[in-house]
Amino acid sequence: MAGRAQLVGGLLFLLAAAAAPVLPDWIASLVTIAFANALVVLGLIVLWRAGLVSFGQALYYCIGAYTVALIARWTGFTDAIALVLLGGIGAGLVAALVGFLLARYREIFFAMLSLALSMILYGVLVKTESLGSTDGFSVATPTFLGYAPHGQALSLSLYWLTLAVDAIAAVLVAGYFRSVTGALAAPIRDNEIRVEFLGVSVTRVIHAKVVIAGVLGGLGGALVALTIGHVDPNMSYWTTSGSFVFVTILAGAGSVAAAFIGSLLFEAVRSMAVDIMPSLWQMTLGSVLLLTILFLPEGLGSLVNRLRPRAGAK
Amino acid sequence: MSNASILAVRNLEKTFGLLVAARDITVSVPHEQTVGVIGANGAGKTTFINMVTGHLKPSKGTILFEDKEITGKPSREIVQLGISRSFQVAQIFPTLSVFDNMCVAAAIARRKSGLLGGVTSPVHSEAAAAEAQATIDLFQIGQYRDTLASTLPQGVRKLLDIGMAVVGWPRLLMLDEPTSGISIEEKFDLMQIVMSALKTRKITVLFVEHDMEIVARFADRVLAFYDGTVIADGTPHQTLDDPRVQELITGVRLKPGAGHA
Repeated sequence: MAGRAQLVGGLLFLLAAAAAPVLPDWIASLVTIAFANALVVLGLIVLWRAGLVSFGQALYYCIGAYTVALIARWTGFTDAIALVLLGGIGAGLVAALVGFLLARYREIFFAMLSLALSMILYGVLVKTESLGSTDGFSVATPTFLGYAPHGQALSLSLYWLTLAVDAIAAVLVAGYFRSVTGALAAPIRDNEIRVEFLGVSVTRVIHAKVVIAGVLGGLGGALVALTIGHVDPNMSYWTTSGSFVFVTILAGAGSVAAAFIGSLLFEAVRSMAVDIMPSLWQMTLGSVLLLTILFLPEGLGSLVNRLRPRAGAK
Repeated sequence: MSNASILAVRNLEKTFGLLVAARDITVSVPHEQTVGVIGANGAGKTTFINMVTGHLKPSKGTILFEDKEITGKPSREIVQLGISRSFQVAQIFPTLSVFDNMCVAAAIARRKSGLLGGVTSPVHSEAAAAEAQATIDLFQIGQYRDTLASTLPQGVRKLLDIGMAVVGWPRLLMLDEPTSGISIEEKFDLMQIVMSALKTRKITVLFVEHDMEIVARFADRVLAFYDGTVIADGTPHQTLDDPRVQELITGVRLKPGAGHA
């Protein structure tokens, strides 16, 4: 089953990659942003499965973005692949650090503490005038192993880079979900005492999940920084975190694919809503979420699971 | 020093502020013995189990398991050394099926050691599934294999809880009131299943129990706790006939011969 899902996912990724040159520009850039954000959502799904909701995932998103922007600004280094990796590592290091604190909390306390941490970064960035304060600053145009594209070629390169990072992340996270530690999410949500007495440190497992989600958040932020060409403190604002949680509810935590489907749909609905009724687009999004919760409580991803032949069914 | 005992506890003490929950406990348990632990509520039975399994740090004293000092180690390390436990209230994963509950426990026990051991071992390996199935069969809960744990009858919950403690092949098992919450008619059958399963796996057992008939029937030896310490230690007959035990714990004299029902 896992093999089949990966095959289908892989084919869809190849299709998306091959279709890029013929897609209209606005679709390509929408998909790039959606798939970069999908990484953050994938991180939220990792936490979500263990019963943890982070209302501060924008912290890692913002750190990933600023890492890329600052390295490019201070050193003039512009290789996109290395910068995106560094964005992920930077956010991962911060996650490892704050994880010592976060891993001790659950439920609303975990959610609020992660929110508070992201707002601290927001506050610091807003007050830092050398980094443009609330305006942020521009990110240098990236290069790709020496290749320096412009215009449409640049968008295409970033589109492909995003797809590649997504594909690697999807395979790794799917593998993680099949491992003992990854599969401990539901048991931890159900009964931490039993997990401890089976010989596993729940705190360490949750710490690891915080780091995984942090790295994914950083990678997403880094890709978005390069794609938009600009970073600002709003990337760490709570509404940014909120929209990631929104997409996670929309997508559901049932599968890795859900993150990508949910994120794509969210961006599509948002741009259409803004296009059709510019002043009421939030209402449209809210209605979509309401309908999802009412009719697909397990999220859009549950549609994918329904298509799958059920394991163990006779 | 090694005297074939799997567990050797010396001068164990636990205080919470001024309250002495356990004091001067010295017990040595040989391999494959089944030890019943009796005593009124608050006598220190669960405190004793919690100290041996690492849930509580002793204030004083030493605990040796297979001649290795384990005093004050965290519970997850003690589990890995080979001491497992079940709970007074069954601790299971309600949103998983019986088989998945057992699989998770088996996969954890079989995972590779080291920092990345849990991430590089698959949760659904054939070996873990076989181990899970064998333990389900051993505890005779096969008919509930695909049932969601939250909907299980109380007795099956208990068996699943004990099964999850056994699936990793521990050598010492602490059962905290295995028959609590079970109706009188079912108690004996449940204990029969549990004890024969544990005998099959040659597991040394300490079990806390309030029903003296069950203690007399299933224990090789009985420890009586009162006021935080052991006041009697011997065969079921010796302990249950001890006048202090009768006065302080059982309250009544057991019918002669009840020990061999």
